[in-house]
Amino acid sequence: MLAFALRRLVQAIGVMLVVSLISFVLFRFVGDPVNQLVGVDTSPEERAALREALGLNDPVLVQFARFIGKAVQFDFGISYQFKQSVAGLIGQRLPATLELSFVSALFALLVGVPMGVYTGLYRDTWLARAFLAVSLIGVSLPTFLIGILLIFVVSVNLGWLPSFGRGETVRVFGSWTTGLVTASGLQSLILPSITLGLFQMTLIMRLVRGEMLEVLRTDYIKFARARGLSRRAINFGHALKNTLVPVITITGLQIGSIIAFAIITETVFQWPGMGLLFLQAVQSVDIPIMAAYLLLIAFLFVLINFLVDLLYVAVDPRIRIGEATR
Amino acid sequence: MAELADDKTRAVGTAPEPADTARPGMLARALDSDLFYSFRRSPVTVVSAVVALGLVLSAVFAPWIAPHNPFDPASLSILDSFLPPAWAEGGDPRFLLGTDDQGRDMLSTILYGMRISLAVGFASVIFAMLVGITLGLVAGYFGGFLDSAIMRVADVQLTFPAILIALLIDGAARALAGPRAYDEIVFGVLVFSIGLSFWVQYARTVRGSVLVEINKEYVLAARLIGLRASTIMFKHVLPNVLGPVLVIATINLALAIIIEATLSFLGVGVPPTQPSLGTLIRIGNDFLFSGEWWITIFPGIVLAVLALAVNLLGDWLRDALNPKLR
Repeated sequence: MLAFALRRLVQAIGVMLVVSLISFVLFRFVGDPVNQLVGVDTSPEERAALREALGLNDPVLVQFARFIGKAVQFDFGISYQFKQSVAGLIGQRLPATLELSFVSALFALLVGVPMGVYTGLYRDTWLARAFLAVSLIGVSLPTFLIGILLIFVVSVNLGWLPSFGRGETVRVFGSWTTGLVTASGLQSLILPSITLGLFQMTLIMRLVRGEMLEVLRTDYIKFARARGLSRRAINFGHALKNTLVPVITITGLQIGSIIAFAIITETVFQWPGMGLLFLQAVQSVDIPIMAAYLLLIAFLFVLINFLVDLLYVAVDPRIRIGEATR
Repeated sequence: MAELADDKTRAVGTAPEPADTARPGMLARALDSDLFYSFRRSPVTVVSAVVALGLVLSAVFAPWIAPHNPFDPASLSILDSFLPPAWAEGGDPRFLLGTDDQGRDMLSTILYGMRISLAVGFASVIFAMLVGITLGLVAGYFGGFLDSAIMRVADVQLTFPAILIALLIDGAARALAGPRAYDEIVFGVLVFSIGLSFWVQYARTVRGSVLVEINKEYVLAARLIGLRASTIMFKHVLPNVLGPVLVIATINLALAIIIEATLSFLGVGVPPTQPSLGTLIRIGNDFLFSGEWWITIFPGIVLAVLALAVNLLGDWLRDALNPKLR
């Protein structure tokens, strides 16, 4: 187990180094950092002085090491566009994205699992067929289109829910603001989190359905029926419980995707999160923000993958035996 | 010359097809195949094939069937802008689906836009196939260091969602080219970034199949008679591993169209002067609140139907070609 964890850790660090290299190359060689920071009327001497002060004349390896050293301390330099520190900008935007992603994941799980169980148990009823049809549409419709349709129906035509922004937010500590405790904040959260979570919901539903169908055919379920256990005990205590390992894994792995796909949802709903910041950075070629976002997202992905790998081994004893006998 | 050799082997009697004497035409053989039988048996598939084919054909022949040419500034009149669909109050029978903010006929812009969406989609899938198949063949055939290097890169890339990779490549290209030059190379960049986010699936699938094929006698025989590695890979092994590739390509086509639409919607794709479906939805999104819903909803519906039809075809193809499900 420890050797397995260590091997995975080394892999994770390797991936992070590669991503930092890409990020560094982007930062250092795409566009000239000095040109981006100074005005047109800056003299060549001042430019040269700034270049020296930023350490751009040092050997590339030294610069790369310094880049990593700073990145570890969340120092990503100054945004070209906003003239503020990138870490500060991301710090302001991070809570909005994390809240949205968390609520979406919760929505996907709380709706997806029961729908999956239902369609697995009663596969031939019209409701189950309807769920499956909806899930097919959820997979085929692009996220931004779902968002637009929701805005069109719920906000524009019915006027029930707000269509943009975070509503009223409350400062919790430092720069962390939350919209989870105000009425307008919660209302603003509904449409974006449905939009963002719909794809994951259909994914979880199809997964649970498939696993349920498989588990219900196994001998131990037949045996449990023969013992005369109640349907409820069989379906939830025995069948559902055994489908949960892949569900946990997939949900965990999907958290990274949710944060990445938040870029689209945040654009549709003008949600002031990290994704919107990144998109503005791409449009205005704000390299420090792009590099920082890339590193941050990569770190989240690597961390989640690492944790899911560990959790998987911890939860499923069969994998552990496989490791031990090797 | 190859055909000559082919005929000679047939004449000797080692022809692979016993029905040589009365060879039925390609069409007749296709109509008689298992694949076509399972196609006929599934009404959903037949409908989606008809829909997909209809959309593709109307996109290809857009210049001939579109009632107006939306890119001809002389034919546009600002007086015609924001007209609702013909059946709605205030609609104009000249513009069946209404007009946009510049007075362009929606039906025509949708047809032309679909042309661009499909072109980018097909081109990126072909690009991904070329890269993925080549790398997969090389990795599977040669093994060793090349294999582990290619597959390690694939593993790392697979942990990130395709849309994120496409966005990053797009952003880097934008930074490298500068805003004005970017508009000229935008189609190339889109194909490159979408294609590059897909290659992993092909490479993995092809590599897996190659590892199976490589131990078969025909590969051994080909080696014995001294054929070059590239000849064996592309002329002998490749045709035998194409089945799964075809399935991935179909599903990827839907995904590529969606990613292109998403990038264009986010404002980092096709510019408004040559709008794709995603660009049209983006333009229309600005007018959703002022009541001009048709500008965004109609392109949205076409995009959704196109993606759904292609997805359903892909699903069917996957099941039909999967021997386990027979």
